[in-house]
Order: sequence, then C-alpha cells, then structure tokens
Amino acid sequence: MPSPPEPPAPVSSADLFRGFLGIGLSGFGGVMPWARRMVVERRRWLDAAEFNDLLALCQFLPGPNVINLSVALGARFAGGRGALAAFAGLMLAPMAVVIGLGALYTRYGDLAFVQHLFHGLAAGASGLILATAAKIAWPLRRHPVAIAIALLVLFAAAGLRLPLFFVLVAGVGFSLVAARGAR
Amino acid sequence: MTLALKLFLTFAALSPLAFGGGNTILPEMQRQVVSVHHWLSASDFVVLYALAQAAPGPNMLVATLIGWRVAGLGGALAATFGLCLPSSLLTFAIAGLWWRFREASWRRWIQAALVPVTVGLVGAGAAVIAAETARGPLAAVITALVALLTLATRANPLWFLAASALAGVVGRV
Repeated sequence: MPSPPEPPAPVSSADLFRGFLGIGLSGFGGVMPWARRMVVERRRWLDAAEFNDLLALCQFLPGPNVINLSVALGARFAGGRGALAAFAGLMLAPMAVVIGLGALYTRYGDLAFVQHLFHGLAAGASGLILATAAKIAWPLRRHPVAIAIALLVLFAAAGLRLPLFFVLVAGVGFSLVAARGAR
Repeated sequence: MTLALKLFLTFAALSPLAFGGGNTILPEMQRQVVSVHHWLSASDFVVLYALAQAAPGPNMLVATLIGWRVAGLGGALAATFGLCLPSSLLTFAIAGLWWRFREASWRRWIQAALVPVTVGLVGAGAAVIAAETARGPLAAVITALVALLTLATRANPLWFLAASALAGVVGRV
C-alpha cells in the first residue's frame, strides 16, 4: 500500500499564501493550468504524478476544484493553518477584483453603452461555458448509455428545473448501475 | 433570519452537491437565486455570471458577486464562504485518506459514474445561461463564435470576452 511521499522541503503557511495569491491573480477563465505551473514547475512543491493524484481527489470531491486543491495542498504541508493560508491567498485578490467590477456595474449599469457592453460580455461568457460543456462531453462520444444519462440530466436540470439534489441522486444512481455493467 | 445568513445557508447547501466542480451547480444556483429567493432577475444573474468570468480567479466568484449585489460586503463573504466551507472541510478531512484508496476499484467505479452526470449538469448550466443571453441574433452569433473559437484555438479566453463586450457596444446588443 503506497504511503504519502514526504514533502521535498518544508513549505510554510506564508509560502502557501504567497503561492496561491499569484495563482488567484493570474488565472483567467480557468485557474488550474496556472496552479499546475506554480505548484509543479516553479516552486516544485509536488512532482507531476503527485499533482495528478491530488487533482484527481479535488475533482472527485464536490466543490470548485482549485479551491479544493488549495485546501488539500495547504493541509498537507502545514495542517489547518496551511489550508486556511492557501485558501485565503487564492480567494482574496479575485474577490476584491470581482466586487470592484460589480461596483462599476452598479454605478454605471444604467447607461445604455454599459448595458450593451455587459450584454455582449454575457453573450461571450455563454460561448465559454458552451465550449466547456462540449469539451467535457467529447470523451463520451462512443458511449451511448453515458450520452443518454448526460442528456437526461441536462433535461431534468435545465428543462424541468428539478432540484439538483434529486437530479444528482437519480443521475448518479443510474450511472453507477450502467458503469457497473460496463466494467 | 438576516439576509447574509440566508445567503450563507443557500450557498452552503449547494457546496456538497458540486460534484465535478463549480459549474455543475450553476443551474441550481440560478434556480435558487432567481426563482426560489427572487434575489435577482434572470438577466441580472447572467450579467453577474459574465462579470465573474471576466475577473481572474476561480470560476465560482459568481457567488461572491451575487452575495455582494444582494447584501453588500457581508453578503459577498457569506455567499463565498457558504459555497466553499462544506466542500473545503470535506477535502480537508479526506485528503489524508485518499492515498489509501487511490487504487481501489470502487473509487474508479464512482469516478466513472460521475462523468456523465457532470457533463449533463454543465450542459444544463450552459443551456440556462445561453437561453438568457441570446437576446437577439447578434448575441446568439457572439455566443456561437466564442464557443467555436474556444474549441478551435488555444487563445486566452479573455480576448474573446473583450471582443464580445466590444461587439456588444458596436452592435448595440
């Protein structure tokens, strides 16, 4: 049974805060590539395989993946304090920026010009999430059962607007049975 | 119950359901914020979502913005911590155990089963957002172009958002 590899060098809470502060400020439209660059390539806190394992955990558990990553990595190097430091570093600057943008929108949102700007922006953001959906759907293209489950979930959540909890329980239930058959 | 506490509880209830990352809870977040609590209109929701996409950082900053819009700074903190706290505590508790189960077959089984559900939920989030932003032919064309360019190129998505905003001003979307 593999045991967790020892961290190569001590990483303090302050290091974690600074490292994740940089990630929070650099990532646009997806932070994970930046997180990988900082953790694996620049600071060498983990090697590539360790990073992939940690990433698998963070994708497996509920919650925003990169936030889970900050917590898990912080905890690994410096316990609860480290988890808090990494989380605070990751969130502080982006929260300030986003609130600043929100304040601008509230202040100037009534101007026709600003309305057009934000509606254009929103149309673009729609395109980004459509592309994300297409990207994660692509690996399922040769799995008709998985496609059927995905379409049912889509219809239940977006068409029928059923509460997420029921959609999750039913969807994961079906999917577990189907995946068991496929094993 | 204060508004900030309501925000905290609403987002905290979403957190442990966010399998597959933040985007999977988007349809439910929209349902809660727009239809259940009537905190925002559907059109305000998509604008805040777009603003969060235009800012650096994790994509779930839309929670921060919604909280801020509904109840000021306290609301922003309440919504953000609500969304992050339950899942973070779970991660904190489980990170150590993970290594022991990483080869376990049940883990791979659950992981494989989650994929189609995640795909469906992210697709639902995209449908809910796109249905609201497609205000006319030009907006729909912007959405389609950005989606295609994002899939076909490796350019920074921020450029596409900037071009979309510009197209919105020029074309009076």
